[in-house]
Amino acid sequence: MNAPDLTTAVGELTLAGPVMAASGCGGTGRELEPFTDLSSLGALVTRSVTLDARAGTRPPRAVETPSGLVVDTGLQGPGLQGFLATELPWLAQRKVRTVVSIAGENLGEWAELARRVALSPGVAAVEVNLSWPPGSTASRDSFAAEKIVAAVRRDIPRGVVLLAKVAADPHTVVDVSRAVLKAGAEAVVVGHGPAALALDPGTLRPVLGGDAGRLGGPAVNPVALRCVWDLHEALPDVPLVGGGGVRSGLDALVMLAAGASAVQVGSALLHDPGAVRRITEELSAQLEQRGIARVADLVGSAHRSTSETGDTP
Amino acid sequence: MTATDRGPVQVLGEVLSNKRTGGYHHLTLVAPGVAERFRPGTVVALAVGGELSDRLLRRSIAIYRARATGAYKSTVELVLAPREPGEAWLASLAPGAVVDVVGPLGRPYALPTEPVPCTLVGSGLDAAPLFSLADRLKDRGCPVHMVLAGRSDQEVFGALDAKRAAKTVVVVTEDGSVGIRGEVAAVLPEVLRRSGSDVVYAAGPGHLLHEVAAVAEQHGAWSQTAVGTGLVCATGSCLTCVVPVVGEDGISRMVRACTEGPVFRGDRVRWGDLGTVPADAWGAPHTAEGDS
Ligand SMILES: Cc1cc2nc3c(=O)[nH]c(=O)nc-3n(C[C@H](O)[C@H](O)[C@H](O)COP(=O)(O)O)c2cc1C
Repeated sequence: MNAPDLTTAVGELTLAGPVMAASGCGGTGRELEPFTDLSSLGALVTRSVTLDARAGTRPPRAVETPSGLVVDTGLQGPGLQGFLATELPWLAQRKVRTVVSIAGENLGEWAELARRVALSPGVAAVEVNLSWPPGSTASRDSFAAEKIVAAVRRDIPRGVVLLAKVAADPHTVVDVSRAVLKAGAEAVVVGHGPAALALDPGTLRPVLGGDAGRLGGPAVNPVALRCVWDLHEALPDVPLVGGGGVRSGLDALVMLAAGASAVQVGSALLHDPGAVRRITEELSAQLEQRGIARVADLVGSAHRSTSETGDTP
Repeated sequence: MTATDRGPVQVLGEVLSNKRTGGYHHLTLVAPGVAERFRPGTVVALAVGGELSDRLLRRSIAIYRARATGAYKSTVELVLAPREPGEAWLASLAPGAVVDVVGPLGRPYALPTEPVPCTLVGSGLDAAPLFSLADRLKDRGCPVHMVLAGRSDQEVFGALDAKRAAKTVVVVTEDGSVGIRGEVAAVLPEVLRRSGSDVVYAAGPGHLLHEVAAVAEQHGAWSQTAVGTGLVCATGSCLTCVVPVVGEDGISRMVRACTEGPVFRGDRVRWGDLGTVPADAWGAPHTAEGDS
């Protein structure tokens, strides 16, 4: 058999491979360069860009927990202007498929971020980080999510794909996804991990400087998988990106079979800066072993009965 | 080496030996590519727990020594203490065991261009990287003086080594079990005066670095301080290991200890504000409070 065809499409967003670096976990791209050929990334999702520069949350910002980590960076970053001046051009120059994650504080900011990002060269898609600002319920509340996505959609030309990143919460994910699709998102990204907490065993006080954070890593993987599964059942034609605890080619394969057209790798990149390349290679080997010629044939296949898929020995 | 080979590498390292010395473990890894790129002050980030482990975060450890040309080609030596399960796992590795290594990472100690006297100050295990630094300084003709500190004799690292590495050695312990009883800040002014040091290099906890930076400044010496932080990815991606540092332009920024550090000029770090986001830092919220 020839090497499997790894190309995939998330709506209008075509990718050379189905493995993306999740927002905030691949840095600006520069940090991964020593470890990964950046062209092996299906896409790099940037850290969420805010309108103004942000110093971020008081440290410590991350703590290891069972099979994962609890993290709150408070979106430290140079702000939109700094991002457009120093980070985006570097990615564009290297032809890295770039998805820009944006995070606004209010509808005016969301619209401004959308407009200025979408006008910049080298942007393949915009990902709306619905878990911002802190305390916002938009990533699991369809009403709030719809308003934000509609504001962003108005300011993005059709050629730029709009992704909405929602909470990886099986109780809300279908409703919220319907809302963001109605507002003009082309695909749904699963998703932000749940709110979480770690206490210091000595002081019995929160470890993180910002007290609480979000859970990421293998611990959230079955939850994210359930979201992708339920979404594909409810909305079989909607392109999905599945993220949450993906750290191997097999994890990626499973996420794709559950209905995702692409996967995002987050905290696994903090463990292994070469993770995207490795996972892509492992996935390719898995496909070859199973006699699956194209990623596209795999997407959603777990929902079909075995007689439909069953040409594998 | 070309500019592109100077970046870090990711390799499967093999444990060559693992010996106990006092309360510490001395681990030697065969890690091709790391020693060639090593400069004193840089670190390696090790994955812990082996293949079946779900421990996500790497342990960052300053390199003690590196040899690019030995019987085993490229080795790095590390000193560790089993303070938490990941370090305990590393400390338990037998020769032949395999560890995923990323390194060398971070900004090294800056070396003086002239053969000026230097004082190296280290507390406990954090003193480990000062020994290869001492070698490099001596290669440049710099007279080297050392101050080693710890709570007790058990905690002081490398006092014997130091006798070879440095012209003079002062050992300070909190309990007086070896050397002078007291604090580094109490003995350092005299060491700097006697040695006429132009540069002070330091490694240890924040409060010690703060004191060293202050004493160096009073003495008119430069200081180069290596901060240890809760390093997470160690490659600069995750923005979790940040410290407040004043830039050339006078503006304070939250910068990554793993990438812009771990070595900073001592007079640039806002020691009193470590572990916080100062209200005047670039991008800080305008109220004194942090994020909600
Ligand atoms: C250090 C770190 C920074 C992150 N920054 C962002 C961010 O800027 N925007 C965002 O939407 N998600 C951010 N996330 C969430 C991840 O993109 C991802 O959704 C989450 O970690 C779950 O995936 P994982 O289990 O693969 O880590 C961040 C996660 C981590 C660990």
